[in-house]
Amino acid sequence: MLTKRIIPCLDVDAGRVVKGVSFVNLRDAGDPKEMASFYDEEGADELVFLDITASSDAREIMVEVVKRVSEEVFIPLTVGGGIRGVADVRLMLEAGADKVSINTAAIQDPRIIAQASDYFGSQCIVVAIDAKRVMSTPPKPTDKELGLGPDSRWEVYTHGGRYPAGLDAIKWAKRSAELGAGELLVTSMDTDGRLTGYDLELTRTISEGVSIPVIASGGAGNLEHLYEAIAMGKADAVLAASIFHYGTFRISQAKEFLAQRGIPVRPNVPTERGRE
Amino acid sequence: MSQLKIAIVDYQAGNLRSVAKAIEKAGQRPIITSDPNAIASADALVFPGQGACDSAMRALNQRGLTQPIKAFIATGRPFLGVCLGLQLLFSYSEEGLEPGLGTFPGRVRRLPDGLKIPHMGWNQVRFTQEHQVFKDVPNGSYFYFVHSYYPDPEEASLVACTTTYGIQFCCAIARDNLVATQFHPEKSGTLGLKIYDNFIKFAISRS
Repeated sequence: MLTKRIIPCLDVDAGRVVKGVSFVNLRDAGDPKEMASFYDEEGADELVFLDITASSDAREIMVEVVKRVSEEVFIPLTVGGGIRGVADVRLMLEAGADKVSINTAAIQDPRIIAQASDYFGSQCIVVAIDAKRVMSTPPKPTDKELGLGPDSRWEVYTHGGRYPAGLDAIKWAKRSAELGAGELLVTSMDTDGRLTGYDLELTRTISEGVSIPVIASGGAGNLEHLYEAIAMGKADAVLAASIFHYGTFRISQAKEFLAQRGIPVRPNVPTERGRE
Repeated sequence: MSQLKIAIVDYQAGNLRSVAKAIEKAGQRPIITSDPNAIASADALVFPGQGACDSAMRALNQRGLTQPIKAFIATGRPFLGVCLGLQLLFSYSEEGLEPGLGTFPGRVRRLPDGLKIPHMGWNQVRFTQEHQVFKDVPNGSYFYFVHSYYPDPEEASLVACTTTYGIQFCCAIARDNLVATQFHPEKSGTLGLKIYDNFIKFAISRS
């Protein structure tokens, strides 16, 4: 049976991991390669590297990071942050990324999703959606098809959550899938960083609305939250940062917890049952 | 460890770097190439690939690689296909119109509707055939998959292992010196590297 994935997310600023793992004696908790190897050994099913560098030379630094990490780490690696177009996608894939996540650039020009998936295959194109609950009556829609309407419940934000895009998150998720995204990374800005649990309604509405896998992101504070995102939110994978980085829980604990609740997960140690 | 000439077929279809690194871990220095002569003279050939069948077949044809790959397989030297590199060995794919390499009779079919597609993540495999390339890989091991189509060989004896996602399907084939997997050993951690290591040892034993 296909297992649900647990994905630690590493924020990288100018080639260094910020929010480093605090509970193990790594020689250098800011070194992306060392952190990636650590999580690989811990049993992470995939890794996401999010480039949060503001400067313009970020791309080259990130390419070097990806090259170094992919020399040592043999689990899937997704790279996102600052991807402006097809050329950037190619750079990251050639450096050794397995998937590239596109956010703002895809909203500014949705054709990028189609172009990138035509070129490199849907399997490596992740569309990242930062969504926030709509609190007041939305203004006049900016986009006829995808714009906010009276029924809209979540709005899409760009530039790392700084600017409202005027788009309905559910409509945008469906459009992204139609355009060729192979996976969606859905982050709730309302719950992100609060450790109070994922936005289950958002996750579920998107997951049930598209036929591609959905990664839930934003808000994991304990293992119950991971379970809820999968069982109630219908997520295919859960992304978390703080609970793993700060040593609150280990990946193996998360997997044991989920397994006990009947969620299929990949065991850390390979099975030794032998050939039947 | 003795050095072999291991060629990885480059036709602009996916992440070859991980494949090369996995082979380096097994103590070899592979070449990534689209040169038909390099393929013809290789001791062992690795045929990876991601993306769509039609564009992959067109890319192989444009580079003049279709015949060299077929010819290499016909020599019986060690061959490892991965993902699209498995699917392209069959006659036809439901994904496109271009015929595949046709090494084996059979079709590549789309995974059934009602499932999340692509089939993406770690799934468990059940071996139905022994092969040195899968030596010391326990039955029930998990490997990383990402695909929307699966191979359906006409000859049951070709199937090396199966997995289940909605339906049970063939996720690796093996015959003599040829092995090909639907999953990505280069993305499947320690056990995946074991497969590359086994393949290298196997290739050395045959050279």
